[in-house]
Amino acid sequence: MRLNYPSNIKIINVPCTGRVDILHLLKAVEDGADGVYVAGCLEGDCHYVSGNLKAKRRVTYVKKVLEDIGLEPERVEMYNLSAAQGTRFAEIAREFTERIRELGPSPVGSGAKAA
Amino acid sequence: MVVAESKPIEEILAMVADFDKILLTGCKGCVTVCNAGGQKEVGILASALKIARKKEGREIEIEEITLERQCDPEYIDQLEEPIANDKYEAVVSMACSVGPQYIAKRYEDMLVFPALNTTFIGGSLEHGVWAEFCQACGSCGIHNFGTLCPIARCAKSLLNGPCGGSAGGKCEISPEIDCVWHLIYERMSRLGQVDKMANVVMFKDWTTSRDGGPRKIVREDLKQ
Repeated sequence: MRLNYPSNIKIINVPCTGRVDILHLLKAVEDGADGVYVAGCLEGDCHYVSGNLKAKRRVTYVKKVLEDIGLEPERVEMYNLSAAQGTRFAEIAREFTERIRELGPSPVGSGAKAA
Repeated sequence: MVVAESKPIEEILAMVADFDKILLTGCKGCVTVCNAGGQKEVGILASALKIARKKEGREIEIEEITLERQCDPEYIDQLEEPIANDKYEAVVSMACSVGPQYIAKRYEDMLVFPALNTTFIGGSLEHGVWAEFCQACGSCGIHNFGTLCPIARCAKSLLNGPCGGSAGGKCEISPEIDCVWHLIYERMSRLGQVDKMANVVMFKDWTTSRDGGPRKIVREDLKQ
């Protein structure tokens, strides 16, 4: 499809979003990412049954931690889309980048890119 | 196990506000099992504290270490090297409150802070859910109550049947809390022991509990 999405997005592959840990998300923020989002499969469509639901709960936990320490919880997000939704993937990348741009650079930041 | 939960991060941040180098110590005992103070939780708290301090423009250096247990002096020895080097201004313990007390006792000049609220003696109902089952009264009599503890599990610690607030098997303090006396009746009925419930249980001797002051067990066969 040769779709474009913002070049500031750095993709980290995991076998399933169920592998994404609270610490992975926090470390990204700690190391200066302005925002982090998890792109999981559609709810109900997880090959491992509940990986994306577990990721969703972890994202919620990290949002709460960020809120508690005075950072915008919107810097972390969970999205659901299927591997066949390339258009949606690019749309989410643009949407999230725009959200982070509005929030501005992370006060923790060292200029790292959104992941 | 001893069940604990993390203090609010704001409270921990306030504790370490004056320090730039701290040692964050987890425990591989009960608090690992109840996901409050094991290696993983140490990592998460360290990261959250670092993020908060970076945000303030005043970074904090945190060394993470998780001890086998913090309630045995021999394992506190594992802190010898990091603390002896005099690198840290304070220690934050993620054990139950026994841990920070043991560390403070060993290192008399070191400031030690608790990162957890030690909550109760209990067990897990499902992953991520824990409940209180024991109040450590010091003289267990649960066999008289269908092997269910009315001291810990009845809001009023009643010993001779439910109060008037029991309704539909639930306690009046919350619809989510079972009336333990309802459970005791059901279980004793199943065991054919319901007639034993007519026996009057006399007032409890609380001297084995906290009313007798701080408790201690001495096993002469084990002492060295």
